[in-house]
Amino acid sequence: MAAAEAPRGGRALGLALLAPSLAAMALFAVALGALFQFSLLEFIPGSLRTGGLTGKNFQAVLAPQYLRYIWDTIVLSVLTTVLTLVAAYPVAYALARARSARLRSLLLVLTLAPFFTGAIVRTYAWMLVLGNSFVRWPVKLLFEPEGVLVGLVHFSMPTMILILAAAISHIDPVYERAAASLGARPARVFWRVTLPLSMPGIASGALVVFAWTFSAFPTPELLGGGRVKMIANVVKDLALDAFNWPGSAAFAVVALAVTFVLLAAVSRFLGRAAAGGGHA
Amino acid sequence: MIGRLVVIALLAFMTLPTVVVLLASFNPTAILSFPPDGLSLRWYENALTYPQFRRAAVNSVIVTATSALLALPIGTAAALALVRHPVAARGVWAAVLLSPLVIPGVAAGLGFLILAAKLGLLANRAVLIAAHVVLVLPFVVRSVMVSVVNLDPMLERAAASLGASPWRVFRRVTLPLLRPGLFAALLFAVIVSINEFVVSLFVSSRVTEILPVAMFTYVVNYTDPTMAAVSVLFIAATFVTVFVADRFLRLSRVFQIDEHQ
Repeated sequence: MAAAEAPRGGRALGLALLAPSLAAMALFAVALGALFQFSLLEFIPGSLRTGGLTGKNFQAVLAPQYLRYIWDTIVLSVLTTVLTLVAAYPVAYALARARSARLRSLLLVLTLAPFFTGAIVRTYAWMLVLGNSFVRWPVKLLFEPEGVLVGLVHFSMPTMILILAAAISHIDPVYERAAASLGARPARVFWRVTLPLSMPGIASGALVVFAWTFSAFPTPELLGGGRVKMIANVVKDLALDAFNWPGSAAFAVVALAVTFVLLAAVSRFLGRAAAGGGHA
Repeated sequence: MIGRLVVIALLAFMTLPTVVVLLASFNPTAILSFPPDGLSLRWYENALTYPQFRRAAVNSVIVTATSALLALPIGTAAALALVRHPVAARGVWAAVLLSPLVIPGVAAGLGFLILAAKLGLLANRAVLIAAHVVLVLPFVVRSVMVSVVNLDPMLERAAASLGASPWRVFRRVTLPLLRPGLFAALLFAVIVSINEFVVSLFVSSRVTEILPVAMFTYVVNYTDPTMAAVSVLFIAATFVTVFVADRFLRLSRVFQIDEHQ
């Protein structure tokens, strides 16, 4: 977009057009500002009023009764990321390399359907599957970390598939054909050519899914049944059940900070990939 | 061959919950069994007559329609400004407008809750709608920006050189050319808003709550398949929307999956 192509009208009109959206974002910024402010204010039990400045809310995040939930959040996020990568890659590959437009459409609709179904419906569906109503599972899954993990992987798969499929579709099949014609077997072509070339997609998909899972709420809330909790569930318990907004705000700020660090890493990584490797 | 079986198994895993919900919604008894002892529509009747679902459905329509219709012009204006006009620090503004995508729901929800309390607007629908506008804007801005980038400015200049006023050029040339982008933006806005749950849970009351929040409360309190019936109605609506959208919009283009044979 060269500046010369822009119609006359200029800076003033540009700012006027931008103003309403910036007003909406300003409101959002004020809301997040209030969140930061409350995370640093003292909680007065039994009241929505707050006391003076304090660091206690953040100390509480690391208190023994909560540390367990932070640890569970990290473990579940790591496992979800790894399992989602493994489960999403074959589907993404099939989607990116689909021969016919009809097959591509079918795969895309199947991928996107849960994406558009909404968190509550999907989580409820997993409650039915994991509970012992249809299938008798040999081990208890509902309200256990394993069940939460299944729900989290299912929840992240569409996103991961889309990110990976975009990356794989950018790999020119010529490279794979060249390797095959030089005698590499399919497995070797995959490990030495396709997989390394899809690394940008794998890295950004993994970071996005990790960040997303780290602040997951409905899945652990319903599939964990109060026995398995992640950081977002603690935020909700403290804010909506205990009315401890300052304590809750501290946990929310921690979730926010982790998300930002991870996504900053994604954009740096993608920026470098875009600058470095021009693809066909 | 094995590869194909793996893909089919994974797709089955992805669609399994939907199938189970479908089966449960027609189950004649509250206790689920497989295979079912028969078919029944009683849970659909329950779902459609449960007062809190009716109230929540009305709230959903109000909140989604208002926020989508507010976000569409706001986001379109922003997209035009960001692509067309020499705005300083364009990249920063674009990042700011897309930021709601990456803020954890509980952080945004609690932030809006605290803000509402400070303004004396607790349990006010205006806060819920404002939050939805913010959450929906990134989708609108992104969809419309793609369309604006692909719009040839020569067409507008031609209209202007033939004597059309700037407003007329906008009405008769720019807007019609942007129509696919605007349609996609509206679709995204509606789907995101109608499914929004976490932020809505924080800033709504029993009176203003939207469907996903009412469904959540129902699941927490009751175990009968009424929820399955509501879910099927929800899934059916979304499936139709996505299918129609794929026909008209070529979703693979929206998600940048190239064709590469």
